[in-house]
Amino acid sequence: MSKDIRVRKGLDLKLKGEADKQLVQAPQSAIYAVKPTDFHAVVPKLLYKEGATVKAGEPLFYSKYDEKVKFAAPVSGTLVEIVRGAKRKILEVHIKPDGTNEAVNHGKLDPATAGADQIRETLLESGCWPFIIQRPYSIVANSEDTPKSIFVSAYTTAPLAGDAEFIISDRMEAFQAGITALSKLTSGAVHLGVKKDSALTSVKDAVIHKVKGPHPAGNVGVQIHKIDPINMGERVWTVGAEDVVTIGNLFLTGTYQPERTVALAGTDVAEADRKYYRFIAGANVNTIVKNVNTQKTRIISGDVLTGDKLSNDQYLNFYHNTLTLIPEGNEYALLGWLPFTRNSVPSNAGTSLAKLFGGKKKVDTNLNGEERALVVTGEMEEVMPMNIYPLQLIKACMSGDIEKMENLGIYEVAPEDFALIDFTNTSKLEAQETIRLGLDLMITEVG
Amino acid sequence: MKWVRNKLDQARKPFEPGQKLEKFAPAINAFDTFLFTPNHTTKKGAHIRDVVDLKRTMITVVFALIPALLFGMWNTGAQYLYQERQLGSVLDVPFWDAFLEGAILVTPLILVSYIVGLTIEFIFAIYRGHEVNEGYLVTGLLIPMIFPVDIPLWMLALSVAFAVLIGKEAFGGTGMNILNPALTARAFAFFAYPLYMSGNAIWVHEGSTDAVSGETILGALAGGTYDGEIMGAAAESVAFTGVPVQESSVMTNISFNDMFMGYIPGSVAETSALMVLIGAIILVATKVGSWRIILGGLIGGAAMGAIFNFFGDLGSDFIMQLVDSDRITMDQVYNDASAVDALNLSGWDATLMELGTNQLINFPFWQHLVVGSILFGIVFMATDPVSAAQTFKGKWIYGILIGFFGIMIRIFNPAYPEGIMLAILLMNVFAPTIDHYVIQANVSKRKKRAKKAQVKLQTA
Repeated sequence: MSKDIRVRKGLDLKLKGEADKQLVQAPQSAIYAVKPTDFHAVVPKLLYKEGATVKAGEPLFYSKYDEKVKFAAPVSGTLVEIVRGAKRKILEVHIKPDGTNEAVNHGKLDPATAGADQIRETLLESGCWPFIIQRPYSIVANSEDTPKSIFVSAYTTAPLAGDAEFIISDRMEAFQAGITALSKLTSGAVHLGVKKDSALTSVKDAVIHKVKGPHPAGNVGVQIHKIDPINMGERVWTVGAEDVVTIGNLFLTGTYQPERTVALAGTDVAEADRKYYRFIAGANVNTIVKNVNTQKTRIISGDVLTGDKLSNDQYLNFYHNTLTLIPEGNEYALLGWLPFTRNSVPSNAGTSLAKLFGGKKKVDTNLNGEERALVVTGEMEEVMPMNIYPLQLIKACMSGDIEKMENLGIYEVAPEDFALIDFTNTSKLEAQETIRLGLDLMITEVG
Repeated sequence: MKWVRNKLDQARKPFEPGQKLEKFAPAINAFDTFLFTPNHTTKKGAHIRDVVDLKRTMITVVFALIPALLFGMWNTGAQYLYQERQLGSVLDVPFWDAFLEGAILVTPLILVSYIVGLTIEFIFAIYRGHEVNEGYLVTGLLIPMIFPVDIPLWMLALSVAFAVLIGKEAFGGTGMNILNPALTARAFAFFAYPLYMSGNAIWVHEGSTDAVSGETILGALAGGTYDGEIMGAAAESVAFTGVPVQESSVMTNISFNDMFMGYIPGSVAETSALMVLIGAIILVATKVGSWRIILGGLIGGAAMGAIFNFFGDLGSDFIMQLVDSDRITMDQVYNDASAVDALNLSGWDATLMELGTNQLINFPFWQHLVVGSILFGIVFMATDPVSAAQTFKGKWIYGILIGFFGIMIRIFNPAYPEGIMLAILLMNVFAPTIDHYVIQANVSKRKKRAKKAQVKLQTA
């Protein structure tokens, strides 16, 4: 079964520095880290102290409010350090690999014949559960829930982001097993969003949707909105494409093998290095990013619109398939506000000719202005393909008006759906942050 | 460039956090960021940002205003010298004479508006501890453009102060105001100093002391002094044919071309439809002004004008019947009230007689859009995004209603021939209500969907 989705609103940013579709095995990292901060709203409870020896797939910590949800070590080795921040908040759990990669064996399981409870148990025990993200709120799914449907997007539209279809293309057997396993967990169907000329149309146990349109068409949130929108009180799950592979591998081999394929992109990466690198999850970025001056270059885990800023000695995000290096733009621009000047900066505005002078642009992190009061209207709607009033929703989040947020569709959105609004808006408003705070408020007030 | 940058960095030192003049940082920042887009980088959210900022947006509006402003300067000077020198036509005034004269007359208005307004903006920015918003760059230019040239400067200053303080800052500053600040200034002056803001004599510099009146077309229409006989004839052909309304005894030499080009008396820079349209093209092409509001306004205004034209037609048909049956002559209809009384018309007939003779009603709708400041208002005032409706659908409704009410007020209430000002202010007040209902439609759609899903769940 195949249903097509056409997204009209949005903006494709054409940037320089795309990664070449060439897969490289990344070198071993000296230390691997699991970062509780990658899992929004999870309060970690540690299971081991520093110095303990763990196997790959052995839980390191669990969620305080959902004890069945466990977070596992990606490699076998010694737990060398627990990095804490303010108020002793756990930031990173460091594991020094012992090289043997001895893994916990959960036993092979054929997802096609296995029961839903069995699959759920295996996912929870193995540490694969955190791959499952719940909408609303965009947090790790509750271990008790049965979602009305599960969404996987193998269509990537974000600028410079690692192409999901390419990343999974060499592991189709595991991907299929993962999809089959997930299809057991929902009362509805697994929906797979793919690009127009995709090779994934033969995937079984899922409804395939060919998605066409500019970014954010590849965002799973947009696909949910077009296919099966979330209503108040409903739960939908989303899983990243490569995460489905990891889940599939769990059932095929019985072990937790969290691979993370990362597209190294951006103009500050040497052209020869712009490739796809396959890591074990939690590797340090310094295994492939070397000699970077972070005063001049920004390392972003994730794409340029939604990613996190990293130093050159930090670890890959649990979910991200992209590592972008772009120049810091801490430079002044003389009379930079003159209309129709600085056309080298990408823009969706009519006061820039950037769109006319096509071609790929080199970007930096300059804010290109200062924060101002909200004056201009209509520009957010241009890049928001959902039937949602973005400005009004953002204002409702700012004022913390829960009823208004519900009415305006807070359950259907995640911060990433507002990334382009961050980019385009004239007032330099932090839309993603505002939406995240709004969602956090909903979690505490509504749950 | 580097040298300027270094000097600026030095000048900024006392304003840095922790230094003596920290509080006044917004003031120096305003100048600094005017010269240089700052070196700020993204701290959270998207790592890359669009090149557009509020300065660029506001400057674009200023650019869009410049054609109308320059033309207004020329026209102000030309109208004055044309009367002063008793020339045959406005166009007979030498170009540079007119432009310089006009510039001398208009520049003080602009200076007063900017100085008073920006001073208040700076004080509030420092007081509230935020950066100076660029909105006043536009407001400060708009205000002198919609005032009569002879407004005493202190009145202008007072109006500006009222608009910025009560119209804007009292609501929380830029982005929060309900009413368009420029129109607030005009409305304030209009009601506080009506003698200086309306009438026949104020629209040309020193018009009152001169033999020739500086009356506007709308004033003439409202007063019924637009030539009656020709109006009657024109009403028959309803001027749909594109024949310009003929000149009247008072308003000699005014053709449709004059109205469109703007060689007519009026507020400083609102007379030229052509220049306003150039501004409109700039605004729409750069997406700074909403084309939905502009188009909606034109549609609404034309529709209301056409409705009135229709009734005016009925009236003139009736009059023509009377004339054909020799009960009255055309001349008497317009110039002999006792002859009209002698007909003893009552009920619908009397209304028809009124409709047929009212010049504002019979003024062709497409010419309604060209005279007065309706076009200027729709293009530059109604599109102010802060006081307009914010949703796409809302903008359509808002624009259409502005045109609708603008013409309606103009025709129904001859005391306010500039109905567009009141129409926009009225719709400013209603814009949040329009948005509310547009958004409510979205909300109820979402609620309906949820209900449907629930029913499905229960039956399943």
